Amino acid sequence: MSDLHGLYQEVILDHNKRPRNFGKLEGADRQADGYNPLCGDKVTIFIKMDGERISDIRFVGSGCAISTASASLLTESLKGKTRAEAEEMFERFHNLVMGKGTKGIRNALLGKLAVFSGVSEFPARVKCATLAWHTFKSALEGSAQTATTE
Amino acid sequence: MATTQLAATTTSQGIFQTQFDPYKVREDFPILKQKVHGKPLVYLDNAATAQKPNVVVKAMRRFYTRDCSNIHRGVHTLSERSTKAYEDVRVKVQRFLNAADPREIIFTRGTTESINLVATSLGRKYIQKGDEIIISGMEHHSNIVPWQLLCEDKGAVLRVIPINDAGEIIFEEYEKLLNPRTRLVSIVHVSNVLGTINPVQRIIQTAHRMNVPVLLDGAQAAPRLRVDVQELDCDFYAFSGHKLCAPTGVGVLYGKAKHLESMPPFMGGGDMISSVTFARTLYNTIPYKFEAGTPNIGGTIGLGAALDYLNELGLENLARYEGELLCYTLGKLSEIPGVRILGNTPHRAGAVSFVLDGVHPHDVGTILDQEGIAVRTGHHCAQPLMERFGVPATVRASLAFYNTKEDIDRLAAGINKVKEFMS
Repeated sequence: MSDLHGLYQEVILDHNKRPRNFGKLEGADRQADGYNPLCGDKVTIFIKMDGERISDIRFVGSGCAISTASASLLTESLKGKTRAEAEEMFERFHNLVMGKGTKGIRNALLGKLAVFSGVSEFPARVKCATLAWHTFKSALEGSAQTATTE
Repeated sequence: MATTQLAATTTSQGIFQTQFDPYKVREDFPILKQKVHGKPLVYLDNAATAQKPNVVVKAMRRFYTRDCSNIHRGVHTLSERSTKAYEDVRVKVQRFLNAADPREIIFTRGTTESINLVATSLGRKYIQKGDEIIISGMEHHSNIVPWQLLCEDKGAVLRVIPINDAGEIIFEEYEKLLNPRTRLVSIVHVSNVLGTINPVQRIIQTAHRMNVPVLLDGAQAAPRLRVDVQELDCDFYAFSGHKLCAPTGVGVLYGKAKHLESMPPFMGGGDMISSVTFARTLYNTIPYKFEAGTPNIGGTIGLGAALDYLNELGLENLARYEGELLCYTLGKLSEIPGVRILGNTPHRAGAVSFVLDGVHPHDVGTILDQEGIAVRTGHHCAQPLMERFGVPATVRASLAFYNTKEDIDRLAAGINKVKEFMS
């Protein structure tokens, strides 16, 4: 089961059971819905901006352990970040779960998000990890369409 | 009805009394001998596709290395051989379904194309604004979307028979939906999610009293039940070869000759015509009118070999054994705390869908895969049904005659491992 522990690291299992920043965000200026038609995972991300900075971010939704933990850790790591920093994190996270680039570069600046490095070994689960991030991006861009991982 | 009893009466007979040896049969399926993640493969995704026995692969190999040629047009020897082999399969399918006439057997790419053929051809000619088509709440998307497309095009209305908590259609609601504007009933014979065997004979008799034709989606039923289209008196029957140990890309539409003859062609092209001029084209007779272009000849030959193989094992034996294994599976899964099986109808075959408390089906699927166990997770192309049961997705274990009691024990142990891991 060693591969499984690579995928479901303790931090992921913990965030799945106790998702942080879960619930609607009153007074959000942006929000977007995400949907993965393959597994039925749904997520809604709420953002409150203070100029260029994300002053608050929360989510609601239902999904598997990977997608729930991904949304939870996303909100934790993006709160207080600027738009540019958040976009940079999006790229890095994407590269991480797609297994692109060298490990050192991938993990730099990702902090806790590095726990998703095992996902790249499970191609069928990559979209579970990226759903919240695609949804976040649509919310940030103010796109009205439901984000998908397709 | 003969088709429903095989699976349904197994509890009263006790389990595993069939004189059928799945261990011997497994020798015919080399794919089952492999290890996945270091564990012997347990293949429980048969509702998605069934594995292919050696004889099927061998028949196709023989076709491609000895007989390969196009059909219905050459005078040369290879073409004659290919044509004969292809048409022989039509007769095998006719016997398999007990159809009255081989002309009532149309080869398609699969169940989806078979249903689309009827929706497009029959729909184009007979469906008008305000007409109604009835389906059920447990349909696969392939028996929903073609009708939605047709309704959108024609301004017709799609009506849906609701289903109860047991996973059965509510028959009284079906009777209420039938009315003088109903033009067709299209319903699944065996649900790909719940495994429910629908009371199709009653459904058909009721529709026929109002002169409404009935199409049965037999994708899951054809591999598991004895299907007799004359006894059922269905107007159309659709199934896929690949769920029946045949290759992918070949399927069947059975239609009563009187319907097929009155329906316009589905696709235009070669082989479906009798003469073409720029002024006017005359269409070929049935079934060729509906088989435009070069068909999947090699796949069809494979389907013939699969039917021979299943007949040799004995369709009734297979159905009885699978019924016994299904009972064992239901018993084993319901013993596991936290497992909730969708539907509890006694009339079922093939598939068992379940959810596990506190663990998303996707996670169950990944962890089981690490144990070498292949199950399907997701909405199984039946999103309205998922909504009906209030779940985003399920885990589905679906059986074939080459599965064993040990496979089910491994599944149960795997689920316990999932619980342990995710707790």
